[in-house]
Amino acid sequence: MKALKYIVPLAVFGVLCVFLAIGLTKDPRQVPSPFIGKPAPAFTLAKLHEPQATFSPEQMKGKVWLLNVWASWCVSCRVEHPVLNDMNRKGIVPIVGLNYKDARADATKWLQQHGDPYQLSVWDNDGKVGIDYGVYGAPETFVIDKQGIIRYKQIGPITPEALEKTILPLLARLNA
Amino acid sequence: MRRLLAPILLAASLAAWGQSAEIANPDPKVEARLKSIAHELRCLVCQNQTIADSDAPLAVDLRQQVRGMIREGKSDEEIRGYMTDRYGDFVLYKPPFNAVTAVLWVGPALLIVGGFSALFVMLRRRRQAAEGAPSPDAARRREIEALLASDEDAKPKA
Repeated sequence: MKALKYIVPLAVFGVLCVFLAIGLTKDPRQVPSPFIGKPAPAFTLAKLHEPQATFSPEQMKGKVWLLNVWASWCVSCRVEHPVLNDMNRKGIVPIVGLNYKDARADATKWLQQHGDPYQLSVWDNDGKVGIDYGVYGAPETFVIDKQGIIRYKQIGPITPEALEKTILPLLARLNA
Repeated sequence: MRRLLAPILLAASLAAWGQSAEIANPDPKVEARLKSIAHELRCLVCQNQTIADSDAPLAVDLRQQVRGMIREGKSDEEIRGYMTDRYGDFVLYKPPFNAVTAVLWVGPALLIVGGFSALFVMLRRRRQAAEGAPSPDAARRREIEALLASDEDAKPKA
C-alpha cells in the first residue's frame, strides 16, 4: 500500500513520457488528407504543352495513375524529379503533372532542363484545382486507382525509400 | 509623446494599406465576414498562423476563395465545411468534438475531476486515521505511563 504512493506518480510520469516520445516521431507538416478513399475531385484544365487541349481525371478511368503536383519555383521538386524520371523510364505507372501556380514559360523551360517524366501536365495557374485537392505545399503526389479513388497521398518529395516501401507495393496491389 | 506618435501612426497606416492592397475594391461587409471566418482557419504552410494573419501565397489564395464564397452567399458552416473537406479538421483552430479529439476535449476536465477526487479521498482517509486511532484502555494506559516514566529515569542527567 505504501509502495503505491511512489508507483502511481512514477506510472503517470511513464505514460506522459511515452506520449511525448510518440509525439517526437510525428511530423506536424504531414497533415492526414481527408481524400484517402474518396473520389479524386473532377476538374478540366488546359494542358501545359498544348494550351488549347484540356485534360480531366475521367480520361484516366480504368488505369492506376499518379497525380504529381509540381512547380518550377518548388525547390523540393528538384529533389524528387530524378525519382520520377526513373519511374517514367521503367514505365512503372502513368504520371500526370499538375503544374501548380506557375508561369507557362518557366514550367516548360524547367521540364526541358530537368527532363519530363509526365504523360502530360496540366496548367493550374491560379491554384484553384490545387485547393480542391487540399494541396498546401509542392511536391505532393496522389495515387489514384482504376475507379478514380484516391488511395494514397505523398506529402513532400517521393523519396526512393517511400517509393520502395509504400508506393510500389500499393501500385502492385491496385493493379492486381 | 510626439516622438512615439509618428511611428505608431505610420505602422497603423501601413497595416491598413496592407489590408486594402490585396484586392482592388474591397467590400467592407465581405471583408468583415472574411475576417471573422479567416481567424478560425489554420494556414497549412505556416501552421501556427491563421489564414487571416499569414501572408503565405496559400493563405492569400484561401482568403480569396473565402471571399468568393461569401459573395455567393455561402454560410459560415458551408465555408468551414469546404475547408475541412479539403484539408481535414486540422484546418480548424477550434477542433470539432469527435472520436479522435474526444481525449483532447474531455481530458483536462477528467484530470481536474480525478485530481480533486483523489485529494478528497486522501484528506478524508487522513482525518479518519486521526479520529479513528484506538484509545488505549485503562490497563494499557498504565503500562504506557509506566514506560514513559521509566524512560524519564533513563535520561542521562544534565
